[in-house]
Amino acid sequence: MKKLIEYTKILRSKNAGPLFITFDLIFNTKEDMEFVAERLTKEHISKAYDVSTQKIDIIPYSVVNSIKITFPRKNISGSLQDNDIYGCQQHIPLANIVL
Amino acid sequence: MKIVALNGLLGYGYSEEALEVAFSEKVDYLGVDAGSTDPGPYYLGSGKSFTDRGAVKRDLALALPKALEHKAPFIIGTASGAGSSEHVAWLKEILLEIASEQNLGFTLGTVLSDVSVEYVLDKFDGGKLLNMSDEMPADEQAIKESTRIVSQIGIAPIIKLLEEKADVILCGRACDTAIYAAPCIYEGYSEGLAFHMAKIMECGAMCSEPVAAADVMQGYMYDDYFELRPANPIRRCTVDRVAAHTLYEQSNPYLIFEPDGVCDLTDSKFEQVDERTVRVKGSVFKEAKEKTLKLEGVKCSGFRTICPATIYDPETIKNIDLIIKTVTEFVKENTKNTLPQNSYTINFKLSGGAESSLGIIMDIVGKTQEIADTVCALSRSRMLHCDYAGRKSTAGNLAFPFSPSDIHVGPIYEFSVFHLAKVDSLLETAKISTEVIGR
Repeated sequence: MKKLIEYTKILRSKNAGPLFITFDLIFNTKEDMEFVAERLTKEHISKAYDVSTQKIDIIPYSVVNSIKITFPRKNISGSLQDNDIYGCQQHIPLANIVL
Repeated sequence: MKIVALNGLLGYGYSEEALEVAFSEKVDYLGVDAGSTDPGPYYLGSGKSFTDRGAVKRDLALALPKALEHKAPFIIGTASGAGSSEHVAWLKEILLEIASEQNLGFTLGTVLSDVSVEYVLDKFDGGKLLNMSDEMPADEQAIKESTRIVSQIGIAPIIKLLEEKADVILCGRACDTAIYAAPCIYEGYSEGLAFHMAKIMECGAMCSEPVAAADVMQGYMYDDYFELRPANPIRRCTVDRVAAHTLYEQSNPYLIFEPDGVCDLTDSKFEQVDERTVRVKGSVFKEAKEKTLKLEGVKCSGFRTICPATIYDPETIKNIDLIIKTVTEFVKENTKNTLPQNSYTINFKLSGGAESSLGIIMDIVGKTQEIADTVCALSRSRMLHCDYAGRKSTAGNLAFPFSPSDIHVGPIYEFSVFHLAKVDSLLETAKISTEVIGR
């Protein structure tokens, strides 16, 4: 059992436009990527970010041993409740998921 | 065909030596992206540039004469960060200044892509406004309150200006990809390859290592593939970097959505040609039956005053919830006869809070700047002296880093429109013009 961040080479979040937040997990090896892709579920993300599973996309991108996760922002970039306009510091709940 | 990307964002800078390298062989087109929604709704709202004038001028002043000398049309996308007509005017003034200082002459093509509230309401009423996210459904009231709305143009208006032999093409809000895809498609190359190459090039040398948005990238388009090589000899393109680039800021790494259709990268193949060059092939374009343009609009959400402060006392930090409640109730009670109801909001933005310190930003947004100032002043003073059980540090709860403690931010904005409009023609929002500058 390890934290998700320990499996990855790069783990980052960023806006995909002001309405969506997207996460890139990039792995050193195909094995690491497949290990995580087989175990990481929409339920994990749903719990970590309080977002419904129907709104979550998890897309493995094997060309560069990576997995992309995208879901809509609850607080649109620049709205009064938003605390991260670029969305580049939203990755910690994901990083801390234990697999 | 050789196309050069000046950098990832006009005003971010680039190496002068890299520019020399790029122009040491024949360049057919030069492009640069000048905008982004990343910095949020403020710049579209205020009409101000997100990029710095001095830095933008430096980037343009070196590149413009080179492009003219090579007869390489110079395409600038999303003027001044947000791409409204005001933003285009701001960048045009800089171009004219450079033309005058360097005695340059050229044909300037301009694309304005602002749309009116009536245009968006028409789309809304006609069921032609599509939501991009359930979290932001199209809303008639929000459309009506919008103070500035732009449409994000695709390749069509740029191709039109290339046909009209414009030397410099200055665009309002434009798809980042359109800058680099338009000339390739105008020259008859594959749309799939054109959009894929454009998607990578629009970030400058981001797809190279060492990574840099602030440097020059070179794209070479052929019939069945394209190649990318950074101009700066210290950088190299690698298969991993180039392939990984379609992850960046995209919701789906296999699909690039464009006004004209979708670029599908499922079958794209990446190949290392030499130490610094990557070849890509196999990307295909699927034209959409229904064409759409993205609309971006903002409304003023009020006037902001903020007060940053830090609490170091662990006892005070423990009582922060009580303090916030006390302050909020005090302000409400204190202003009940002097301020209209619902004329302000207070957000306490907290960070940290472990043993060492708790950062606070009192964020007040009022219907007027005066209201925001008043509420901020009351919140700040009440919070400074707020009592709690067992309080020993009775001189004050807050460390202020600045004098004055309160900062007037001015009017602020939020996105009111961020939707796709079904259009009959991808030129329907574009106002295209050309004029001869200098000489």
